[in-house]
Amino acid sequence: MLKRLLTAVAAVVLLAPLLSACGSDEPAAAPKTLTYWASNQGASLEADKQILQPELDKFERQTGIKVTVEVVPWSDLLNRLLAAATSGTGPDVVNIGNTWSASLQATGAFIQFDDATLATVGGKDRFVPAALASAGAANKPPTAVPLYSLAYALYYNKQMFADAGIASPPTTWEQLVEAGKKLTNGQRWGLAIEGANISENAHHAFHFSQQYGGEWFDAAGKPTFDTPQNVAAVKRYLDLMAVDKIANPSNAEYAQNQSVSDFANGKVGMLLWQAVGSSLKAQNMAADAYGVAPLPFLQSAPAGGKRVNSMVAGINIAVFKHTKNRDAALQFVKFMTSDEEQVALNRTYGSLPSVRTVASNEAFQAPEQKVLAEVLGSTAAPLPQVAQESQFETLVGTAMKELFAQVASGGQVTEDDVRKKLSDAQSQMRG
Amino acid sequence: MTSTVSAPGPVALVGSRSDPPGRRSTGTRPARTWLPYALLLPAVILELSVHVVPMVVGVWMSLRGLTQFHIRDWTGAPFVGLDNYRTTLDVDTTTGRELLHSFGVTAAFTVLAVGLSWALGLFAAVLLQRPFRGRGVLRTLFLTPYALPVYAAVITWTFMLQRDTGLVNHVLVDDLGLFEDRPFWLIGSNSFVAVLVVAVWRTWPFAFLCLMAGLQNIPDDLYEAAYLDGAGFWRRLSSVTLPMLSPVNQVLILVLFLWTFNDFNTPYLLFGGSAPSAADLISVHIYQSSFITWDFGAGSAMSVALLLFLLVVTVAYLLVVNRWRRRA
Amino acid sequence: MRETLAERYARRVVLTLLVLFTLTPIYAMVSSAAKPLRDVQNSFTWLPSRPTLQPFVDIWRTVPLGRYLVNSLVVSSLAALVSVAVAIFAAFAVSRYRFRGRTTFSVAVLSTQMFPGILFLLPLFLIYVNIGNATGVQLYASRTGLIITYLTFSLPFSIWMLVGYFDSIPRGLDEAAQMDGAGPMRTLFSVILPTAVPGIVAVAVYAFMTAWGEVLFASVMTDESSRTLAIGLRGYATQYQVYWNQVMAASLVVSVPVVAGFLFLQRYFVAGLTAGAVK
Repeated sequence: MLKRLLTAVAAVVLLAPLLSACGSDEPAAAPKTLTYWASNQGASLEADKQILQPELDKFERQTGIKVTVEVVPWSDLLNRLLAAATSGTGPDVVNIGNTWSASLQATGAFIQFDDATLATVGGKDRFVPAALASAGAANKPPTAVPLYSLAYALYYNKQMFADAGIASPPTTWEQLVEAGKKLTNGQRWGLAIEGANISENAHHAFHFSQQYGGEWFDAAGKPTFDTPQNVAAVKRYLDLMAVDKIANPSNAEYAQNQSVSDFANGKVGMLLWQAVGSSLKAQNMAADAYGVAPLPFLQSAPAGGKRVNSMVAGINIAVFKHTKNRDAALQFVKFMTSDEEQVALNRTYGSLPSVRTVASNEAFQAPEQKVLAEVLGSTAAPLPQVAQESQFETLVGTAMKELFAQVASGGQVTEDDVRKKLSDAQSQMRG
Repeated sequence: MTSTVSAPGPVALVGSRSDPPGRRSTGTRPARTWLPYALLLPAVILELSVHVVPMVVGVWMSLRGLTQFHIRDWTGAPFVGLDNYRTTLDVDTTTGRELLHSFGVTAAFTVLAVGLSWALGLFAAVLLQRPFRGRGVLRTLFLTPYALPVYAAVITWTFMLQRDTGLVNHVLVDDLGLFEDRPFWLIGSNSFVAVLVVAVWRTWPFAFLCLMAGLQNIPDDLYEAAYLDGAGFWRRLSSVTLPMLSPVNQVLILVLFLWTFNDFNTPYLLFGGSAPSAADLISVHIYQSSFITWDFGAGSAMSVALLLFLLVVTVAYLLVVNRWRRRA
Repeated sequence: MRETLAERYARRVVLTLLVLFTLTPIYAMVSSAAKPLRDVQNSFTWLPSRPTLQPFVDIWRTVPLGRYLVNSLVVSSLAALVSVAVAIFAAFAVSRYRFRGRTTFSVAVLSTQMFPGILFLLPLFLIYVNIGNATGVQLYASRTGLIITYLTFSLPFSIWMLVGYFDSIPRGLDEAAQMDGAGPMRTLFSVILPTAVPGIVAVAVYAFMTAWGEVLFASVMTDESSRTLAIGLRGYATQYQVYWNQVMAASLVVSVPVVAGFLFLQRYFVAGLTAGAVK
């Protein structure tokens, strides 16, 4: 009798997934509520909540739809998105890192923003083209719409530049190396490099690779990591620490944004980072203490080299297909990408609006924002929008982390070393 | 003295099919044969639903091509047979070689971490056996690393192991002058030592706890007798303490080995999700290769391989231990 | 039985080294918790040059620490309680009875320790979701789901350890109770349990700490309202920077109840057994 009971229990547990597998997407008679997962953009999770709540209250007053927000830390966001996509339950609207767009698109768990759907949130032409291009694979409708736009820029300490007699920010890498050498003395260094941060490494690999004329994926979507251009590109970045010695070897273990703190604390003269102004302000570095310039280019561009000095960075907002309140969710997306909200939120976060209509708003005329806008408008390119993008970031970023470790422990890094690491990374790409 | 001190211990259950000779079966209660089953029922139900069934599903996933394209409708993921195993375990490919390397690193790490933790736990438990002033404070102090949330403990070590600003280098280089060059602890080959130290720091209090409780069951008379026979500290340790702790040790060492081998938290929090090659422990390696790359079929395959390996090790351990016990 | 001078000296040295090894990171935590963030980011100093208690105030605001603490305490305590209860019954059965399937059960229980967490993380999550959909009992993103998960994690080891402790309690005691007319439950509660208190306390501590520190499953199965400390503390590593001093302060603050509990419990390790139980 006991055995039968046990079997029955086991059967129920085993059958339950099958019984309710392939969860149905029928919208029930839905109360007017939405669940929204926001990403951590500000000084802390609580700070983000305090920034968003008034906007959500405004939305409720305007439409009667209540939005419950949860601010999810970056360390958990991808795991939770994955779990939600797999189980067919979870939030209605989410923020996603824009580099995840193609991978998430491949899951099929998100609403595709074809032209008709885009029209319900304001129309395709509303959005900055580069930002919209970073929301999914090129030959498919975007899987999200851009929310906050960011780009890389060169931040430099004005006082340190003046003391070292550097008149203006460098426009070529060669000039940057020179400036760095002038800035580097026993106590300070010229440039901060976040060497153990996988995504930072991957992003810079992308920038340099574009300038050297390389590509990380070919037209068919197959990885092309160990081409001579990519090898040269990665080596150029590594050499900033290895050969030019303008970066502290200790930076090889930086992975928690210590570079930003070093810059804010005056330990380093230059920083290559995405829209870091609000973070610097939070760390007590006044906006007039540093200058902002676009990332440099190579003095003489190699054959095929592109004039790209930043990836199109940013946060997109997506809607899960399993939502029971599709119309409400799209209304919320429209609200978040409306002129008013774009000005309010991007001003607070120090990022740029993803819509074209408010670019000339006085909120975005500060020196930092102007440089970022210029970069986004003319010299930024999206990371490869392929489903294996996250694999690329992980494998190439990790390869570079290990190369930095090799450099920092006193070893030299040759082109062969770089090529071997990139080849190894490529052979681990799956699918 | 009447006590049946040489109780067989749980590990012996696995090797023996019938009662060990010389054991009087006075414990059997003939009338209520359903009682043991009823007592076991809650445990069985919980284990089945939370451990076993998901495990089986996990094994099922390893036979499927479960990538980001299929997770939404995961029951419909294509059947790929042993392809996931072939791709991930083939040592001619980089993936396979990295996995093998990770196995090796984890094995070395586990043996050292368990050995050191157990030894430290044993010495601390033995040295604190007899009451003295401040013993309670010391006991609590030694258990503190175990009481700290794992994130806090590991992040403190990350903080201490920073090359330029950390306490460890401050002491080793600035205060004691042991090294010329400031060593790296979080990247490079020293990272193995770093993760080992952190693991031992977190694990030895647990060994201490179990051994301390185990020592309570050893009657003082045995020590008295040994002392009167002229046995010194090491002799008492080897002829009284260790044999009496045998049931506890057998389980403790096996379990510490399995947990340390499977440990995810320590390397993940210490190295931020991407471990340097010298400290590429298998749990994080599998996580990196599956969750980050959205290839859950492959991740499941690697986990099943890991499971089989641990199964083999466990069975070997139990056989060896049982044979050793029968000889003793 | 007295120890020799050499033994006493050696004991002091070993214990001092262990204390240093254990204490140094804790001291680093304490001194960093009382420094302003910029000092923490600079080279390490033993004493704070500008001591401040501000981090201890900020921690409650940066992250909803109070809620995380309550969640962790509730989840860990309940998981420990139920796990120990279930384990006591199971261990009693295995230790004191011979029955068909005893070996199988022991082997099966042991084998669960080999399962890598990653392997069944996603399936377990899916099962909880499906149970939630089918029965309306919310198991994922809830404390209940976490409690069930954690108590099952700690169950195998708890059972094994308790079997070991129960086994070392002589059958003589059982027989004595039986002759006084006690049934099996009476024997369990009045004879076995009081004698096995050190073991039970150790197992309860283990079950509590397993739940207290678990990171992988908590990161997937909780939402903001059910989040536990183990992952909640990661909230101090924000988009801008890691608030080291607040992490340390928060860790100290949340460890206080646990360490206090340890202090209270270590009394139970006093050798209760030797006080005449076996004669």
